[in-house]
Formats: sequence, C-alpha cells, structure tokens
Amino acid sequence: MSHAVSTDIHAPSGGTNYLNDGYGLRSWLLTKDHKRIAILYLISVTVFFFIGGIMAMLIRLELLTPEGDLLQADTYNRVFSMHGITMVFFFLIPSIPAILGNFLVPLMIGAKDLAFPRINLLSWYLYIFGGAFTLWAMIHGGVDTGWTFYTPLSTQYAQGQVMMAALGVFIAGFSSILTGLNFIVTIHRMRAPGMTWFRMPLFIWSHYATSLIMLLGTPVIAVTILMVAAERALHLGLFDPRLGGDPVLFQHLFWFYSHPAVYIMVLPAMGVVSELIAAFSRKPVFGYKIVAIASIAIAVLGFLVWGHHMFVSGQSIYASTVFSLLSMLVAIPSAVKVFNWTATLYEGSVSWDTPMLYALGFIGLFTIGGLTGVMIATLGIDVHLHDTYFIVAHFHYVMVGGTIMAYMGGLHYWWPKITGRKYRPFWAKISAMLVFVGFNLTFFPQFLLGYLGMPRRYWSYAPEFQVLNVLSTAGASILAIGYLLPAIYFTWSMRYGEKAEDNPWGAVGLEWQTSSPPPTFNFHETPIVTHDAYDYHHQRPTIAAKGEAALG
Amino acid sequence: MRSELQFFPEGASSLAGQVDALYLVWAAVSVFFSLLIAALLVFFFIKYKRRTEDEIGLEEREAPLLEIAWSVIPLIICLLMFVWGTRVFFDIYRPPSDAQEYFAVGKQWMWKFQHPEGVREINNLHVPVGQAIKVTMTSEDVIHSLYVPAFRTKQDAVPGRYTTLWFKATKPGTYHLFCAEYCGTEHSRMIGQLIALSPRDYEQWLSGSPAGKTPVASGAQLFQTFACDTCHRDAKDPRPPRAPQLAGLYGRDVTFADGGTAKADDTYLRESILNPAAKLVAGWQPIMPTFQGQVSEEQLAALLAYIKSLQGSAEQAAAGGNAAAADRGTL
Repeated sequence: MSHAVSTDIHAPSGGTNYLNDGYGLRSWLLTKDHKRIAILYLISVTVFFFIGGIMAMLIRLELLTPEGDLLQADTYNRVFSMHGITMVFFFLIPSIPAILGNFLVPLMIGAKDLAFPRINLLSWYLYIFGGAFTLWAMIHGGVDTGWTFYTPLSTQYAQGQVMMAALGVFIAGFSSILTGLNFIVTIHRMRAPGMTWFRMPLFIWSHYATSLIMLLGTPVIAVTILMVAAERALHLGLFDPRLGGDPVLFQHLFWFYSHPAVYIMVLPAMGVVSELIAAFSRKPVFGYKIVAIASIAIAVLGFLVWGHHMFVSGQSIYASTVFSLLSMLVAIPSAVKVFNWTATLYEGSVSWDTPMLYALGFIGLFTIGGLTGVMIATLGIDVHLHDTYFIVAHFHYVMVGGTIMAYMGGLHYWWPKITGRKYRPFWAKISAMLVFVGFNLTFFPQFLLGYLGMPRRYWSYAPEFQVLNVLSTAGASILAIGYLLPAIYFTWSMRYGEKAEDNPWGAVGLEWQTSSPPPTFNFHETPIVTHDAYDYHHQRPTIAAKGEAALG
Repeated sequence: MRSELQFFPEGASSLAGQVDALYLVWAAVSVFFSLLIAALLVFFFIKYKRRTEDEIGLEEREAPLLEIAWSVIPLIICLLMFVWGTRVFFDIYRPPSDAQEYFAVGKQWMWKFQHPEGVREINNLHVPVGQAIKVTMTSEDVIHSLYVPAFRTKQDAVPGRYTTLWFKATKPGTYHLFCAEYCGTEHSRMIGQLIALSPRDYEQWLSGSPAGKTPVASGAQLFQTFACDTCHRDAKDPRPPRAPQLAGLYGRDVTFADGGTAKADDTYLRESILNPAAKLVAGWQPIMPTFQGQVSEEQLAALLAYIKSLQGSAEQAAAGGNAAAADRGTL
C-alpha cells in the first residue's frame, strides 16, 4: 500500500499525505493515525468477509439438493455457525464504523484525529486477537452451535471449540466498546469551531447513536459469555436446568445485546446513505433534524425489543405482547428515514454515479427488510415464521441488502479520498447491478420458503422446497461475482488508477475540502464551519466537479 | 409427500385461515409500500437527472405536515396490525377447555409422543380431525421446537419446564412435523409426520396400536414404585399423613413455609418432585428426597397425570391451601 502514492499534486504543502508519511510495516502496525488504522481494518475486515463468503457458498451449494450430499451434517452445522460468527462479529459490526467511521469521523467534524489515537490502535489489535482466536477455533474443529450459542446446546452438548470461539467474540467485543468510546468523546469534544450538533453530517449522528449501543450493549454479551464459561468450568447453575439454571435466561441476555447489535450494523449504514443521497442529489437531506433524532430514537428503542426473538420460547404471552408493541414502535423512525431519503431526491440534481446506485439499492432493499421485520414482529405471524427461512431472508435483507449495500456505496464514494486514486466506473456499475440482481435472486425465494415452512439450519430438506433453493443458489453465485469484481478493480486502482481530485463528486462536507489523500493531520488549518451540513446553496463555489465522468 | 413447486402452504388447522389472512394483508401492505418507494425513487432518479456538471438541487424546504403524515400513517397501520396479530396469537396459545391432552418429549434427535389413551409414537403423531388437541411438552436435553407448518403453529420444548401447544386439525391428511429450533448434528432429521385422521379412522388406528397403559394407570403404579404413597397417604388411610394429601391439589393455590403462594400447576408439581425443598408447603417438614435424575420425563408426565386424576372431595377443595395440614390436626 505504501508505494501506491508518491506525490500528490493536490496536497498544498510539499505533497506529504497520510499514505506516504512513513513506509515499512512498522509505520503501519504502530501507527496512531486514524486513517491508517482504517486501512488496517479495511484489509482485515475484507479477509473475514471473504472467509464468511466462502462459508456462504458452501451453504448454498449444499442446499442445491434436498439430500445432504456435499457435506456431512456436522460439517454443514459448523459451516453455517462459522458463517454467522465471522459475518456478524468480524465483518458486519466493524465494517462501516471501524473502516469508514474511523477514517471519516475526524475528517467530517474537522478534527486532527480521534480523541484517543492509541486506544484506537488497541481496538484494532483486540479485533485481530479476537479474530485469531476465532480462526484458531475454526481450524481446530469449528463450532456447531450457530452464531447464537443457545444453551444448553452450547454449554453441555455442542462439539468443537465453543469456548475458543466465544473467547474470540468476547475479545473482539472490547474492540467495539473502545471504538464506541473513542467516537463519543471525539464527537463531543473535538468538533471544529462552528460545527454545532445540528450542523453535523448525518453520518456523524448515526455513528454517535451506534457508539452509544456499542458502549452500553457490548458489556452484556461479554458478561453472558463469562456466565457460560462459569457454568462450564465451575458448574454454577445459571443456564442448565439440572443445576437449577434456566436455559431461556441465556436467550434474554444474548438478545439484550444481539438485538441492539442489529442496529450497530444498520445505523452506520443509514449514515452512509444519508451522505450519498445528499451528495448525489446536491441537496440537504430532507428533514435533516428528524433523521438525526431518528438515529438516537432507534438506538434507545432498540434496547427494549429483545423479547421479539422469543415469542415461541415459552415466555409469558403478556411479555410477548409488550415486546411486539415496542418492536412496532422501533419501526417508525426507520420508516421516517426511508421517506425522508426518498423526498431528498425530489427537485434534486441527481447523479447516476455508482455510489448513488448503491444508495438507491439500499433504500429499496432496506424497505423490504424493514417491512418484513414488522411482519414478524406481529405475534400471530411470527409463531409460524419463527426459525424458518423467512427469518433468514428478512435479516439478510437488512444486513446484506442494507448494511453491505451501504458499505459498498460508501467505499465507492470515499475511495478517491481514501486512496487518492480513481476506479473504473464502468466495472463499478456492472458490479452494483450484479449485486442487486444476485441479492434479490438469492434471498427473495427464501421468504416464500419460510412461509411454506422450511426451517432454518436444515442440512437436508423436503423435496418440494428444492426449486426455490436452486433459485437461491443461482442468485448467490451472481452475488459472489458482484463482490469479487470490486475486490479486483479496487486493487487495480490502488496501483494503476489515475490520481483523484480533492473533490471529485462536487460534494460539500469537510472531508472534501482537504486533499486526496488527506495529510497526516487531516487539515493544514483547522476549518471553521459556517454553514449547515449539505448546504449546497451557500457553498456552491466549492463545486467544480464532473462526477464519475471525471473518474473514468 | 408432494414434490411439485409450491408458493403457498396448505392450511389444515382451525387457526391456519386466521394466520394466512393476517399474513396476506401484511404482505399486501408491504408490497404496496415497497412499490411506492421504488416507483418514487425511479421516477425522481430519471426526472431529476443532473443536466449540467455544476447544477445543484433546490434549497432545503421543510414540510412538517408531510413529516407528521409519514410518521402517523405507518404508526396507525402498525398499531392496527399489532392488535389483530395479538388476538390471533392469544387464540394460538390459549387452548380451549375441551382439548385432549397429549404429551411430547423432544430429545436429540427424535420426538416421543403419548396419547391420552396410552399409545406411544416416535416422530409421527396421529390425531383425530375436529378435536382440539393440547400437547404438553418438554425436552430431555437441548431446546427443540415442535412445528407443524400446515397448522401454522410451533412451540419450543425447553428442558426443565413444560410448554404447551394446541391445534384442531380440519382436514385429514399427512403433514410435515419439524424440529424448528436448531438442536445439533441431526437437527434436520428430527422430523416426522402429523397424520390427521377422521374420528372413525382414528379410533380404528388406536385399536390397532399396541395399547400401553394410560398415563394415569402408569402414574398410579409409579406412585407406589417410588413409594410416594408411604407419605402422601390417601384420605381414607387411618395412619396420620406425613406429607400433604394430593387429592384435589391440582389447580389449587398452595401456601409455602416462606409465606409465598403459587398455583399447583404442571410446572409446580414437576419442581416439587425433582426439587422438593424449593417450595416447601406451609406446615410440613422438608423430609421428601429429591427425585432429580431418578425419574424420566415420561415417568414424570405419568405421575402428573395421576396426580391430576386424584380429585379431592368438595370440602377439601374448599378448604384451600392448608387443607392437608388441617387434616393432620384432626387426626
């Protein structure tokens, strides 16, 4: 990476930027620069994404036929467990916050770095250690508990390296906590002069909301993992009924974190999409304040809905009623955001560049994911749909259709800023289309499978489910190509891409006012903020842009 | 089993129609809003396509009425669907009083069923059409979930406690019976068939099956095998009782030594057999040994069926929680 950029003609003073400020492994592995740490995350998170992706392909290939024929039942169970664990804890949760958030939070608020640069580096090492434990567990037999680690299966009956995998998740959790802490302090204390709360980009608002969840929710999963360890090692009767424990207690604790964790995955995506929609419509986000407050509302309400994962667990039907109602309420701020994004395009100047395609894809797919979410929050329907492929389809619409679409959109949008290089828009648009088509073909049939009654986590299934499963597998292969293409053209662009301008999209926002790639301390002079976010009218002179036409 | 392509499942229980209606209305609402958003996005995307390189969008406008409308309309839709969905849910989980009691145990990786007549089955369950059936279930190991898609209902079977599921089959046929909660290696093989028969065919099937003892009869026998009757003595026994009388106990409120009360239901009775000291009845000594690990889930179910069958006299039932202690006083 260090050889990618030698001199940047756009850097005002002497051409140093964060990429050529020091070479060699040491200058990367001991860096305190939030931008370099973002690159470290980008590389490691991408590795986990492709590991999780290989698992996904194995799952889809196995499900091509009703009989379990490609893998053994035990192998299949380990494959889907490791798919879930890597994708949730080592890809989705760190993806946008730790890569784009790390890179952009200081730039967008006009700060030189995060509040605690050393802790930021520590976060990455914790993530790597957690990931190493989990990889070790994967190589030494894997785990067959599912990513949910339900007791007493995980404590008494599961095979494989349950404790090592759980330890990996436990360690990576601290990475999350520290990143959240860093963002909160940075956003509170390090905004440039004039950057008031309601002038902050919505990306910052959503990262603030996400950080609150990371900080308050993650300790609960850590404690839960310790409780599992205590039961296994010390025979404390916490979850095992034979020791006087309650297996359903685990589900309460697990979902108390893991439901808010869904918002750790989707809130940053919403922040990215707000940026993309504003930049590619050249307009302020419609209802800016409402969208900002909706992020906080989602973070708060998200802590009150965990019981909707447990409607058929035997929990009191009255408790289920309350959880159902609260789950309906958490849908409202998300719906409001969708309407506001859509309205932003109205009378905008809409560009057809790749990031915008991803943003529109996000809105469409997230809408379907959200609506099906309210469907399964409805008690009478969930009894039938719980633990079926409908659930699998629903959360992939939110996490893949939502989070990954936004992540890809964000990567294409900020790539020229991060690397100082351009990519080929032709291939980028092809891959955006492949991802959209492949995604829908993979996951839409699973809604139908779910209502037909196909349970999830089945290695073999009844023959009448085969046609829809074949469609799903076909879609997955298209999706895989859609994800491999960017890996190729992004790598290509780092070496051979043309130099990018400082503001190739003609966007407002502090990150576009510094050079591409930015200097080590982001700004040569601390910017002074005089306008609201996305105020294209008063900042019109900064726009000198041609969009992706300039990229190609 | 059918193998042709299906898009909508067969419904075969008294509640399937209600669940389908709820689902189809929600699906229609979802399709409407998804298409609305998609149509608006595509329309704006084309209509407002950037014309010149330095063009910018219109200045920000606020539209409070619009914001209120698109918050309140989804809220109203959600609340209406919540009320409807909750009513269906209560119907799904509240069995009618005339339901026949079946018993199920999940274990890695099979379902064990017992009919009220004593017939036992593994993985398959035969039921009569038109009769409400309540399945009380538990698990011997991990959490399982009993799922019959054609009946649109499922319930987790949780070790250490009882949960219940009820349904009324409406048409004869053979339906999938799945384990829906991931339970380890052979999870996807923990499947069977739910066979709904006309009442006459069901009677015939029952009479052709090896009739085991009824749960009540085997419970009565176990009550002696485990020597429960040496302390929990019959009311007619002239010797003084050493433990509360069980006749008429089921469903009554019980007062404990620590002042707490509870209703004597399946879960309470189960706990009192496995861990008697947990809730000691007021006025008695903690002399009962624990039966944890000595009695199987099926035996427990039989003991419970037997205890339920012991109907007390009217006076005993009226005397309430401390009836047993009061009895001791008179003898």
